[in-house]
Amino acid sequence: MSSNIRYKSRIPVKTGEETAEEKQYVGFATLPNQVHRKSVKKGFDFTLMVAGESGMGKSTLVNSLFLTDLYKERKLLNAEERINQTVEIIKHTVDIEEKGVKLKLTIVDTPGFGDAVNNNECWKPITDYIDQQFEQYFRDESGLNRKNIQDNRVHCCLYFIPPFGHGLRPVDVEFMKALHEKVNIIPLIAKADCLTPNEIKKLKDRIREEIDKFGIKVYQFPECDSDEDEEFKQLDKELKECTPFAVIGSNTVVEARGQRVRGRLYPWGIVEVENQSHCDFVKLRNMLIRSHMHDLKDVTCDVHYENYRAQCIQEMTSKLAQDNRMESPIPILPLSTPDVETEKLIKLKDEELKRMQEMLNKMQQQMHDKEQ
Amino acid sequence: MCRGAVLMKADLSCTLLTMAANEHEEKRNLELGGHVGFDSLPDQLVSKSVAQGFCFNILCVGETGIGKSTLMNTLFNTTFENEEASHYQSEVQLRPQTYDLQESNVNLKLTVVHTVGFGDQINKGQSHKPILDYIDAQFERYLEEELKIRRSLFNCHDTRIHICLYFIAPTGHSLKSLDLVTMKKLDSKVNIIPVIAKADTVSKSELDKLKIKIMSELVSNGVQIYQFPTEDEAVAEINTSMNTHLPFAVVGSVEDVKVGNKMVKARLYPWGSVQVENENHCDFVKLREMLLRVNMEDLREQTHARHYELYRRCKLEEMGFKDTGPDSQSFSLQETYEAKRKEFLVDLQRKEEEMRQMFVSKVKETEAELKEKEKELHERFEQLKRMHQDEKKNLEEKRRDLEEEMNAFNRRKVAAETLMGQALQGCSQPFKKDKDKKNFFSLPSACSLTSGRNLN
Repeated sequence: MSSNIRYKSRIPVKTGEETAEEKQYVGFATLPNQVHRKSVKKGFDFTLMVAGESGMGKSTLVNSLFLTDLYKERKLLNAEERINQTVEIIKHTVDIEEKGVKLKLTIVDTPGFGDAVNNNECWKPITDYIDQQFEQYFRDESGLNRKNIQDNRVHCCLYFIPPFGHGLRPVDVEFMKALHEKVNIIPLIAKADCLTPNEIKKLKDRIREEIDKFGIKVYQFPECDSDEDEEFKQLDKELKECTPFAVIGSNTVVEARGQRVRGRLYPWGIVEVENQSHCDFVKLRNMLIRSHMHDLKDVTCDVHYENYRAQCIQEMTSKLAQDNRMESPIPILPLSTPDVETEKLIKLKDEELKRMQEMLNKMQQQMHDKEQ
Repeated sequence: MCRGAVLMKADLSCTLLTMAANEHEEKRNLELGGHVGFDSLPDQLVSKSVAQGFCFNILCVGETGIGKSTLMNTLFNTTFENEEASHYQSEVQLRPQTYDLQESNVNLKLTVVHTVGFGDQINKGQSHKPILDYIDAQFERYLEEELKIRRSLFNCHDTRIHICLYFIAPTGHSLKSLDLVTMKKLDSKVNIIPVIAKADTVSKSELDKLKIKIMSELVSNGVQIYQFPTEDEAVAEINTSMNTHLPFAVVGSVEDVKVGNKMVKARLYPWGSVQVENENHCDFVKLREMLLRVNMEDLREQTHARHYELYRRCKLEEMGFKDTGPDSQSFSLQETYEAKRKEFLVDLQRKEEEMRQMFVSKVKETEAELKEKEKELHERFEQLKRMHQDEKKNLEEKRRDLEEEMNAFNRRKVAAETLMGQALQGCSQPFKKDKDKKNFFSLPSACSLTSGRNLN
């Protein structure tokens, strides 16, 4: 929500004449205000994963997004060491605060992705990690003491596509297909300062086409409500047409047009990171942090996690049915078995219905014949 | 020029041999009394080469979309036809294309070879193989021509790769692992010049760091890239300075953009335009200078004198040729060749025998199989025939039975009719009216009806 509308609680003023409205005023219009207070007190958390080949500018972009320096001492491997490198998962957690709102930000880094000569299944450690976090949450949720559950589930994955090619490469396609049902994927075109505006447009169209062709489900922005104002709808439409975002990041501050801005200094000009005509960084930041952060969390909880959970439970019950053992690592709630039973009942009823239908048809036919 | 060099080398080796034989002769330097005129030898050589025309072959190795075709177009100021490659090739392929170019009165036969699909596969372990195979194939072709009895080296179209431009993606940190592995495999076969492609994404300070990092990685892994020659005084200075600028950071463009009041080749961005021929912006001019204007001939010479000779030596050693035998007597190529040939023929004969025997045995097998099948068929035929006869017999019997029944029935019918006739005649007197007519007519009709029915 871009606008902060504060609902003031109205104390009904006792005047002689009370209008009809005031008579009917209950006061739950202050709920949003209460939610706001509670959430500020509780604080927020957000887990962001960045994935892509090394040298795509992932760390620079993260630093530019959150205006901080997360990667102070980093050891970069040289080419020889990377020939047989495996993918690691590294977590950086920082607590940042703005206007009283606390955010616990976790960045999950995937160094080594796509760097080795043989990249077969290089996304496996990443999918394993995401599944692990889901499993951990699942266990916590089903446990006895649920007061302090830590939510480490990955809410969003920024995937960096190199701008040097003509579109998606096989490794990009395979990675996104392996992850699109586990996490919200937002594809980005990295290092967009090597593309002219025409080339950017062509590449974006190409990538969108290929995403459709391969059936990759990237994160979709929610439709805006019909009662939003036109300006908001226009902005939303522009945002959706701009995907995948072409981004540029920078760790350095340069002087441009009399201001000090984050940018890259070239002999032929200065690229400003926050200039909307230079790149889509501002759109990405607005989308990721200012408007859709909570939606990303919701989709992760409601869709990806629920899918995982359903799948997990199905597997467990089918395994139990096969093994016929009562033990299970996680206490199975009574809800699960009735599912199987009700399914059986439903099947029986269906068959009965069919039989009755057939009998009815036969009787009708006989009557018809008799009439004739 | 390389043909000339070969000829001269052959001559030189002859003279050296004769001189070694006459060790007691001393070399003498003579002073010339006047202008003789053999200082025009280089000019003669030059005019001869110009008349023949020159060959130059470039191999461009780099990921799909990194800018290989654009750079070639920019270098040679023309548009080579090239279709955009897809990222989904299952293996690396090489596409050579040959063009005839002319500038002033110099004819150049230029072959540009592009690697298609390089770096796109998920498993890139075999990416370098097609490239190596192609380079070896060109060497092989030249070697074959050289070893022919009737050869025409001066007429032959030399397709050996003179220079490999390796395009490094500007990731900003260092080389990719694939780059390192590929360059290491290629450095003993071809002259490599690494270039940083799409260099307009790297700022000045980052560029210096990147160049240093790349060169140090190449050195520490023992990759030998092409060094511009510094022995010739005329070009020593410029070459040494250029050697320090490797790898060249290039930008390619074939679009003209108006800068100031000139139309120059550039890339237009919202924040400025990158001019290809501006030395402050990129090293394109340096690359063109080094590649085409200064060191082209040296590249061709190096290919012939170093890489090709190495290939030739390895290949011939593989085939069993040696320069000196175990007792230090020089073998003649001819004798070794004869020995090899005999060996080869014996081998061939053996193989032919083997194949013939295999063929014979296979034929026998199939014959045996066919005979068996024939027997089987025969048996079945007999069986079927017997069955057929049995059936026929049965049918005959049935027919006879049926006929007997019919005869019996007919006799009964006749007997019944005669009885009926007698009975009617007996009592025809008292009943003369319609009644007996009726009876008379009804009975036979009833009989015929039933008989008709039976017959049916």
